Amino acid sequence: MNALAARRRHPAAIALLILLGLVVTGVGYSVLAPKTASATTASASQVEEGKKLFLANCATCHGLQAQGTKAGPSLAGVGAAAVDFQMGTGRMPMAAPAVQAPRVNEVRFTQEQIDAVAAYIASLAPGPAIPSPEYTSGENANVALGAELFRVNCAMCHNFAGSGGALTRGKYAPNLRDIEGKHIYEAMVTGPQSMPVFNDDNISPEGKNDIIAYLHAVDKQENRGGMALGNLGPVSEGLFIWVFGLGIMIAFAVWLGRKAA
Amino acid sequence: MSDNGTPHGEVVSHGGDDFGSDAVRLDQGHIEGSGGLPARFENPGLPPHVARMSDLSEKAAKRAEKQVATLFGIASLATIVFIIAYFTVDPEMTAFVPGIGEANPYNVILGVCLGLALLGCGMGAVHWAKTLMPDTEMVEERHPQRASDADRQRAVDNFLQEGGKSQIGRRPLIKFSLAGALALPPLALVLPLVGGLGPLPKDNLSKTIWKKGDRLVRDPELTPIKADQVTIGSVYHVLPANIKESHEVLEDKAKAAVLLMRLDPSIIKSKKEIDWGYDGIVAYSKICTHVGCPVGLYEQQTHHLLCPCHQSTFDVTEDCKVIFGPAKRPLPQLPIEVDSEGYLVARSGFHEAVGPSFWERG
Amino acid sequence: MSSTPYDADGLRRGDKAPETPYSPGMKKIGGVAGWLDDRTGAAKPIGYLMKKVFPDHWSFMLGEVAMYSMIICLLSGTFLTFWFVPSAGQVVYDGSYVPLKGITMSEAYRSTLDISFDIRGGLLIRQIHHWAALLFIVALSVHMLRVFFTGAFRKPRELNWVIGCILSMLALVEGFAGYSLPDDLLSGTGLRAAEGFMRSVPVLGSYISYFVFNGPFPGESIIPRLYSVHVLLLPAILVGLFTVHIGLVFVHKHTQYPGPGRTNNNVVGFPVMPVYAAKAGGFFFIVFGVVALISGLVTINPIWAYGPYDPSPVTAGSQPDWYMGFADGALRLLPGWLEFEAFGFTFSFNVMIGAILLIPVMYTLMALYPFLEAWVTGDKREHHLLDRPRNRPTRTALGVAALTMYGVLMFAAGNDLMAIKLHLSINDITHILRAAFFIAPVIAFWVTKRICLSLQRKDRDLVLHGRETGRIIRTADGKFFEQHEPLDPYARWNLVDYDTDQPLQLEAPADENGVASPTARKDRVRAALSRFYFDDSVPAVTPAELAAAHHDGHGHEAIEGAPADEDRPALESSRREAPPRP
Repeated sequence: MNALAARRRHPAAIALLILLGLVVTGVGYSVLAPKTASATTASASQVEEGKKLFLANCATCHGLQAQGTKAGPSLAGVGAAAVDFQMGTGRMPMAAPAVQAPRVNEVRFTQEQIDAVAAYIASLAPGPAIPSPEYTSGENANVALGAELFRVNCAMCHNFAGSGGALTRGKYAPNLRDIEGKHIYEAMVTGPQSMPVFNDDNISPEGKNDIIAYLHAVDKQENRGGMALGNLGPVSEGLFIWVFGLGIMIAFAVWLGRKAA
Repeated sequence: MSDNGTPHGEVVSHGGDDFGSDAVRLDQGHIEGSGGLPARFENPGLPPHVARMSDLSEKAAKRAEKQVATLFGIASLATIVFIIAYFTVDPEMTAFVPGIGEANPYNVILGVCLGLALLGCGMGAVHWAKTLMPDTEMVEERHPQRASDADRQRAVDNFLQEGGKSQIGRRPLIKFSLAGALALPPLALVLPLVGGLGPLPKDNLSKTIWKKGDRLVRDPELTPIKADQVTIGSVYHVLPANIKESHEVLEDKAKAAVLLMRLDPSIIKSKKEIDWGYDGIVAYSKICTHVGCPVGLYEQQTHHLLCPCHQSTFDVTEDCKVIFGPAKRPLPQLPIEVDSEGYLVARSGFHEAVGPSFWERG
Repeated sequence: MSSTPYDADGLRRGDKAPETPYSPGMKKIGGVAGWLDDRTGAAKPIGYLMKKVFPDHWSFMLGEVAMYSMIICLLSGTFLTFWFVPSAGQVVYDGSYVPLKGITMSEAYRSTLDISFDIRGGLLIRQIHHWAALLFIVALSVHMLRVFFTGAFRKPRELNWVIGCILSMLALVEGFAGYSLPDDLLSGTGLRAAEGFMRSVPVLGSYISYFVFNGPFPGESIIPRLYSVHVLLLPAILVGLFTVHIGLVFVHKHTQYPGPGRTNNNVVGFPVMPVYAAKAGGFFFIVFGVVALISGLVTINPIWAYGPYDPSPVTAGSQPDWYMGFADGALRLLPGWLEFEAFGFTFSFNVMIGAILLIPVMYTLMALYPFLEAWVTGDKREHHLLDRPRNRPTRTALGVAALTMYGVLMFAAGNDLMAIKLHLSINDITHILRAAFFIAPVIAFWVTKRICLSLQRKDRDLVLHGRETGRIIRTADGKFFEQHEPLDPYARWNLVDYDTDQPLQLEAPADENGVASPTARKDRVRAALSRFYFDDSVPAVTPAELAAAHHDGHGHEAIEGAPADEDRPALESSRREAPPRP
């Protein structure tokens, strides 16, 4: 009986570890601290500073004139928004070549440095600017409309609660929990990596603000019924009931069947 | 297999022998009984009973009694807390709950109280049974499942002889008309059910509400789209403008949902795709040709469309043909053009049925 | 009775006085119980029932977990019906959940939101209902595995196994119907796929779809229809079949594991009164308590987050509840080329195999298994003693192989989540699982069978040579050996109480006149199957073998227990010097 019980628990332990991993991943995203957004006009010295930073950190892949190489695309016309998004979320500079640049919690550059590089890139060719805080705060917005926009335009990749989802060949749509409104907005207007572009004609700035408001609401309200299990849908629920539900039941059944001391 | 105990009943013991016992070959390497030894070990019988602590000392029994009472006490206490919480805790209140984070503790409090109440009840009863109720194992005899031959005979006799008195065997007219009377009337019950279940599909599955000249509008805002608003890399979730007049919005939407993308025309490999599009803007049905989930996941760099349900992958540069997954057919394309005001409109409806395959889609 | 009905006393004249004086206990509960017994005669069966004996083992509680979860579902479900509105009529939400205010949705979805947010304790009951449903199917599945691997499905319990299979399949359908009722985005996507499944049926597909949905998908009929199926039709059948199921358990009496004192002709355990009544009754509360705790602490199916159903949006990670996972996984693995057109018609086998055929075929095979095994063994005896899985290596291996196949399909249903959580490519995972569906069961079969045979040999070794005591003895002539302690008869009995079938040999394929037996072909299949099952079985130790091992120390060969004429070399499983007989 003991041997049987031990065998039952063994795979359960692995599943438990996976589950723990999921929970830890979820919690891990809550570390990123929000920063103040500033959309100031670029000065010449800022562009100069940005160029220096670009040559030191980005030019290896994107070329000396940001014209692009085999390793990285041209940055002409991507706009300040793209730079602020990619560097502000730690995706750029990439640590190692991969199918997709992952978000990194520890951003290596200060906001001033990022703004400088953004100013430099924006000076090369016109592109989407860093959005005005009016549309990225998620305040004075219609959460319900944002939720509807999110479901139609975003949920198919990012999941109903922004938990992320898989794309083809190892690419993925990242988790959207606890992301700064500015970065959400910038991702929509610039279409980083696999993500399509949602320009202001597609989803208006107000609509984007509504989406941001919805995502902020999700950040706050996920725990109505208890632990959210990563908001991954029925798979994590099934895993939970198999590991914990069945595990607890068997533990009680063993206790019940064992002779008292 | 193991009826090594005291054989009980005449049917059970070695009933298997009546089938081909000659055919079963005893292996010679396996020694069964020689030199006066039995062929099998004897069942040693129940092991001697081992007394529990509570059987041996009244103190232990008293302790067990207290434990049981404590568990039952927890049950009552938790129920009282449940009742108080039900009325006093505000369901909208939020607080930090360890292990869950910022949450509405209302559900947690109710669940934990109910859980503890029931667990206290149950664990108390089980602990009581384990420690204080008799734990000497009882033996109950089994009897063969089948009835005795006499009983069987009586049942058969009753059926044939007494049943025979109905004269059903002698009166074929009754027999056959009865068969008909039993078989046919249920049809009268089934027919209205099946007949009333739903309309015939006719060619509805092959049609959508897209018509020539319908403007493409954004989902969910239902505003029209100008061609120059669709930049390269964009994806628009689109419905026909006449969805506004529809009386069956969800039903029409379920077939008419469309995905609008703009690609660099130079990378589009299909001539038909370019022809049916407008300057690299192409519109494809969003309903998967596998089982009908919305294929919404557009990767703007690889130009792949992925279905989140079963991972069918379509290549937009090759007229949305399937490059991976369980779907077979490409997504149908909606021919589009631009009207006089610069808005995108349908050039015609879909040229084939959208969505999952069906027998007569042909 | 009395023929002189003139006055009340006259009426009573015929009353019989009690034949024996009441015992004190009889007086105590005699009143109401006696009144009832006067009218029902229930004392006899109830008295018998209270003495009924149930064997104790944790694995016997799995079925009880399933039963109790079902009861919890019935209780909590009744609660939910008081508020749930099974209607697809469109309304605008104006409840207390802000992120959905002003959104158009069905009444079904709105009422589910109201249960979750506006009815005190409603969310808890909803979560209890859903968690208990998941636990129900988990428990009944594991219960089925226990029954399968211990051979509890053998005569006379084949019928009950078949009933159990039907129950299990209906539970899946019941679960899916319930999952679809709230009309949220996830369940609507499930219905959307189900409509696609129906269409894949040859000839009738589109008709079935239109009949089930009363017109084009989604329509307004599917929710009320599913509701009626979910709360009335299927529960009635489930409860009815379940009553038969548990009734047959009473009729057959429970099986028991082999052990000292336990035979095929008795049941050893605890009587219903008082021990089992307390244990089983208490266990109901334990199961309910655990479900309540889980429902208080862990969210299930947060329908408010999914949003109302709309055919245009969809969410990443669109999966059914776990018990439908294997069918969904099959759909993910089936290749597209299984769909083709011929004679102007479309054959969608890429959908039909996984969505329409898989579940009935799987359950039919499961239900038929007891009959297949009985045919192969030719065994017509009743079996009330369970098999230890190791003592039936081929059955155990077959079970694990089937389970592996099922597992591959179930994992396939989570391929997208595996891809993001393990940083793998979803395409690679799918390719690997496609191959694994065919390869993994074969490996699982082989490995399981080898493990079973090794465990059997280990048991033989233990019986023949006893436990290793760890004491090293030096004999007078300088030899060393480890002393072994013979097993006591009780421990030994656990290891030797099983029979081994021998492969059936073909009887003469033709009679003396050279006329082939009419059943020759069937016999050959049967003999081949029998060899497949029992060719390498390891028989239990006999007293003679134990004596031989004690006598001459040449008992090692007997550990293998293989037929002597087999050319397979005996496994050298022990290199120890056997202890001299004391």
